[in-house]
Amino acid sequence: MSDWYTSFANSGVGSTLVKQLGLPRPAVLRRYEPGQQLLPGPAVVGSAGEGRLRATLTAVLRDAGVAVLSPAAADGAGDGERPAAVVLDATGLTGPAQLAAAHDLLAPAVKRLRPTGRVLVLADPPATADSPAQAAARQALEGLVRSLAKELRAGSTANLVFVPEGAEASLASPVRFFLSGRSAYVDGQVLTLSAADVPAGEDAERPLAGKVAVVTGAARGIGASIARVMARDGAHVVAVDVPAAGESLAAVANEIGGTAFQLDITAPDAAARLVTHLRERHGGVDVVVHNAGITRDKLLVNMDAARWNGVMAVNLQAQLDLTRALLDADGVLRPGARVVCVSSQSGIAGNRGQSNYAASKAGVIGMVRAWAPEFAERGATVNAVAPGFIVTEMTATMPLGTREVGARINSLQQGGLPVDVAETIAWLSSPTAAGVNGQVVRVCGQSMLGA
Amino acid sequence: MSSPQPRRAAVLGGNRIPFARSNSAYAQASNQDMLTATLDGLVARFGLQGQQVGEVVAGAVLKHSRDFNLTRESVLGSRLAATTPAYDVQQACGTGLEAAVLVANKIALGQIESGIAGGVDTTSDAPLAVGDDLRRALIELNNARTLKDRLRAIGRIRPGSLVPEIPRNAEPRTGLAMGDHQAITAREWEISREDQDQLTVRSHRNLAAAYDRGFLDDLVTPYLGLTRDQNLRPDTTVEKLAKLKPVFGKDDPAATMTAGNSTPLSDGASAVLLSSDEWAAEHGLPVLAHLVDAQTAAVDYVHGGEGLLMAPAYAMPVVLARNGLTLQDFDFYEIHEAFASTVLATLKAWEDPAFCKERLGLDAPLGAIDRDKLNVNGSSLAAGHPFAATGGRIVASLAKQLHEAGSGRRGLISICAAGGQGVVAILES
Ligand SMILES: NC(=O)c1ccc[n+]([C@@H]2O[C@H](COP(=O)([O-])OP(=O)(O)OC[C@H]3O[C@@H](n4cnc5c(N)ncnc54)[C@H](O)[C@@H]3O)[C@@H](O)[C@H]2O)c1
Repeated sequence: MSDWYTSFANSGVGSTLVKQLGLPRPAVLRRYEPGQQLLPGPAVVGSAGEGRLRATLTAVLRDAGVAVLSPAAADGAGDGERPAAVVLDATGLTGPAQLAAAHDLLAPAVKRLRPTGRVLVLADPPATADSPAQAAARQALEGLVRSLAKELRAGSTANLVFVPEGAEASLASPVRFFLSGRSAYVDGQVLTLSAADVPAGEDAERPLAGKVAVVTGAARGIGASIARVMARDGAHVVAVDVPAAGESLAAVANEIGGTAFQLDITAPDAAARLVTHLRERHGGVDVVVHNAGITRDKLLVNMDAARWNGVMAVNLQAQLDLTRALLDADGVLRPGARVVCVSSQSGIAGNRGQSNYAASKAGVIGMVRAWAPEFAERGATVNAVAPGFIVTEMTATMPLGTREVGARINSLQQGGLPVDVAETIAWLSSPTAAGVNGQVVRVCGQSMLGA
Repeated sequence: MSSPQPRRAAVLGGNRIPFARSNSAYAQASNQDMLTATLDGLVARFGLQGQQVGEVVAGAVLKHSRDFNLTRESVLGSRLAATTPAYDVQQACGTGLEAAVLVANKIALGQIESGIAGGVDTTSDAPLAVGDDLRRALIELNNARTLKDRLRAIGRIRPGSLVPEIPRNAEPRTGLAMGDHQAITAREWEISREDQDQLTVRSHRNLAAAYDRGFLDDLVTPYLGLTRDQNLRPDTTVEKLAKLKPVFGKDDPAATMTAGNSTPLSDGASAVLLSSDEWAAEHGLPVLAHLVDAQTAAVDYVHGGEGLLMAPAYAMPVVLARNGLTLQDFDFYEIHEAFASTVLATLKAWEDPAFCKERLGLDAPLGAIDRDKLNVNGSSLAAGHPFAATGGRIVASLAKQLHEAGSGRRGLISICAAGGQGVVAILES
């Protein structure tokens, strides 16, 4: 499903019309394709205060073939050297006074940023600050980055990653993700890393090679896209969906060389059947993506028990039950396992007529955060991804007005595509994302809802 | 050089599309469409994309001339490797089970390591044949070189020869419909209407329960919008069935066979994956059961005074004796419900000392079976019966049932077929 408005607004006739009518002209986002360079140009790397991440950063960029410019060099460079990314190491902040240095570095570089550029700010988490002044400075970055994300145009994004002392090894994977086309629709996000055993290196083209990944709700929509991206990244995908969706499920499985496993995840024996299937057929599982979800909208006062219970059963209880069963089944969840749970913007912002759905999706966030320590002990991770407005068959049936407004009220002025959610999930599932745990990543183009 | 010792072929699972009633959900689907979709569902379930299996063996009972090389053409249209050999078989309603036996035998002999057995039939897209007069005239027209010859050929076509011959479900040698044949057997064996209706209700209930407990989740893949067998009536009752009028053997005022206790004309396809134990292990696929042995038999229903569908009764003692088993040594029985009365007459025959002595040449009758072990997940009365697809449906479902019950469990399959034939087989988990 393509975003027709974005294509139209960027076509010859369309762009003239859009300009004359004063309509927004959403940028064509830079999305990942196999073989693609990490960045289409050089990266400016600078720091505010005595940053401790410069060396790591420079190594990641050099390994990816990205030219690294110092802020001074960038300023004087010619047009062909316009930066594709600005990375600010703000781990040296001691108080608000140093924030001016952040501004000094960012302002000229951002001015020269190429379309579909990336701004990435790295800092220590406010919670571990030595003083209120230091905490204030660190927290201030959130306001800075979120505002900058709203100011950026032409498909550029800005995100903030908190890197606690000792979690430096966790940094490479998120840096690559946020700079790459995989994060096209991830904007204005704040992530906190944790210390972890990060496996040395992975095949950038096939980070999931040799992994077995379960994707629920894989027969269509976002789930089918997740299955495709996981397979592209090298995983064997066990595609799960309700038996009634089996025809398209089989088509997805055959397209990607995966297997179709027809299962209603709310069946009383669903967890046991999944565990047995994974044990017997694959000897275990590396990645579990809880994507299946349903909506049964009604205002709270008109909501019947069936709507409430149905949504809870699929969207929340099944995620809890399947995950618990996998954790308890000896040896099935392999070391370094990744569990990614699909939440929703509604779970963060709430949505009229969706008290059941939003409750279930907020519940997913609570679940992920609570489970993170147990997963960390196993060298595994559990995270949530909260999609915003994603253009699918489901949204295609919405009234045009609602759909177009829904799609535009974000900093990228367009709806996301299923592949954007899929890329984020595939990244969280990759071995080197070991230091991202208990996090909620919104894939919403910095939606104004719940921001 | 010594030839390899026979080994038992493993049944790894199966796939079928829901069976549709004639001229309904699959009215626009051809045999090749359905068989290809069924193979693709099997490929998706077992991750066989681009893989070559030893052989694909399948068939259809009602075939168009365009169904030439049906199985191979279906393989070429499927996600299996194009280098997978295939051939067609046809043994009327025994086709599907016979295909499985053929695949299993090649595996047993070490000639192939894996194979797929299947079957498909459509009664909606059934071939219409032109009469012999018209056919001859058309051939002559095609061969004619001059205008005069052509006109002469056309002139030979009479209006009457333009009426196509619609295929009937009738025995060529007797002109009797299969149901009318079975009505004779039902009368001979005094099979009551009530017993037939009860068996029918049980078939529907068992199949509905199997769906409800998810038993068919890894046996069926929806097709063309159909997610369950169209003929399935979970809420049918003996009272409802009692209201139906007899449709076969109607010359008898006490006729018992209705559209309820007979299988409807149906469309559908099935496929079963078989292999050696080694191949299964290499592919990480659990073995559900092994095909232990099989036997076919045929009866002379034209002159010999035996019922058209009684051949399985004859095949059974042979396979039991060869394996040192009695009829009671089984945990599950799958007796194909062509008609409820076929199942009941066959069971009665095995209990009957005179039949077993005089017809089967046995000292003692084979005896009764525990009816609770019969068709526990429903059978053709509920699912429908696309002729060549029934064998595959039964083999996969019985293998799964045996696997669920634990190892060392035995199951028996009995399928009757047109032309007075029958196929029986033993599976063991
Ligand atoms: N589309 C959006 O804009 C959007 C936004 C936020 C969150 N999400 C979430 O993303 C996920 C995928 O959404 P989508 O738009 O692709 O929806 P979709 O309806 O197109 O697909 C959901 C899939 O889940 C399957 N499913 C439902 N119940 C199931 C069950 N009991 N067992 C197994 N499978 C089941 C469905 O059959 C379907 O194939 C959902 O969790 C949804 O809440 C979507």
